[in-house]
Amino acid sequence: MRMTDDLSPRAGVMEAVPTAFGYIGVGIAFGIIAKANGFSLLEILLLSMVTYGGSAQFIMVSMMAVHASLLAILLSVFLVNSRMILMSTVVAPYFKSESMMRNIVIGSLITDETFALGMNKLNYTDHTLRFGWYNAANLFAYLIWAVATVVGGALGTLIVDPQKFGMDFAIVAMFIGLLYLQVIADKTIRLTIQLAVIGFVIVIMVVGLIFIPKNALLLLAAILGCSFGVVLKHGAR
Amino acid sequence: MALDSYVLGVILVSGLVTWLSRIFPFVLLKHFSLPAVVINFLSFVPISIMTALWINSLFIQHLGHFPAVDWPNFLASGPTILSAMISKNLMVIVVVGVISLAVIKAVM
Repeated sequence: MRMTDDLSPRAGVMEAVPTAFGYIGVGIAFGIIAKANGFSLLEILLLSMVTYGGSAQFIMVSMMAVHASLLAILLSVFLVNSRMILMSTVVAPYFKSESMMRNIVIGSLITDETFALGMNKLNYTDHTLRFGWYNAANLFAYLIWAVATVVGGALGTLIVDPQKFGMDFAIVAMFIGLLYLQVIADKTIRLTIQLAVIGFVIVIMVVGLIFIPKNALLLLAAILGCSFGVVLKHGAR
Repeated sequence: MALDSYVLGVILVSGLVTWLSRIFPFVLLKHFSLPAVVINFLSFVPISIMTALWINSLFIQHLGHFPAVDWPNFLASGPTILSAMISKNLMVIVVVGVISLAVIKAVM
């Protein structure tokens, strides 16, 4: 099942299946952890449906478990999700001609994974996206996430944590795959420049992990990586 | 089905902040266009973010010290990259990745 130029809602769901696979693994793991920390199924469902963000939810659960202040949790959540602003800014121009309502609907459900999916899709569709395709992919991922986290919470300690089977690696594998597919498919940026940016981000991440909390580092590395890319592209001309 | 008011408050406020982060650019860019230099900058967001998220999963942070390598994830990345090169198919890549990590964890 490779990506095609089909922008129908059906294709959106089909192409989000690998994402769903990752969400099932991580979602169940989240449910188990939340349950173990004393959260009810309703609270788990609300966390997934209202906040909807893997890393943010793990942080919220661990901070609420020690009764951290609302402000402290809020700051952490904002920090870990601040890269959403960057991703939404990249996606938004593709929906400029759609209604404001549709723009808000697409924006509301964007995640790291569906963002990466959308960016890859551009390479097959002559750089266009459609509401039907993106919304279907987003909604499918959203529902799978909500269900997986609740199932994890309901099963609780009855089942073995899917992390033991490597299920949590599904999302990492997805990023590796989407990164590779992006690099080979994107003809708008020279390959050498793309590889240089990737190498630069790797260095920033490894060095940065020594002294910058990882949530802040993810955003910083992305911003520095983009800046480095702009400098390279400009210098190459 | 207990719902603690502190938990509800945290969820609602965090949800609002996250939602605003997500939709703000869509609302803003409905009426404004970005200058070329910003578009150029943003064209590097996908590879930068995907690389950062991947590397993030390969290390365990110990602030003030060198990060420890997450060896299972590190080793599983090899076959995953290989499967990407061979298959160019996301589902295959994800399945190979998960099986690789499961095998590595079973052996280690």
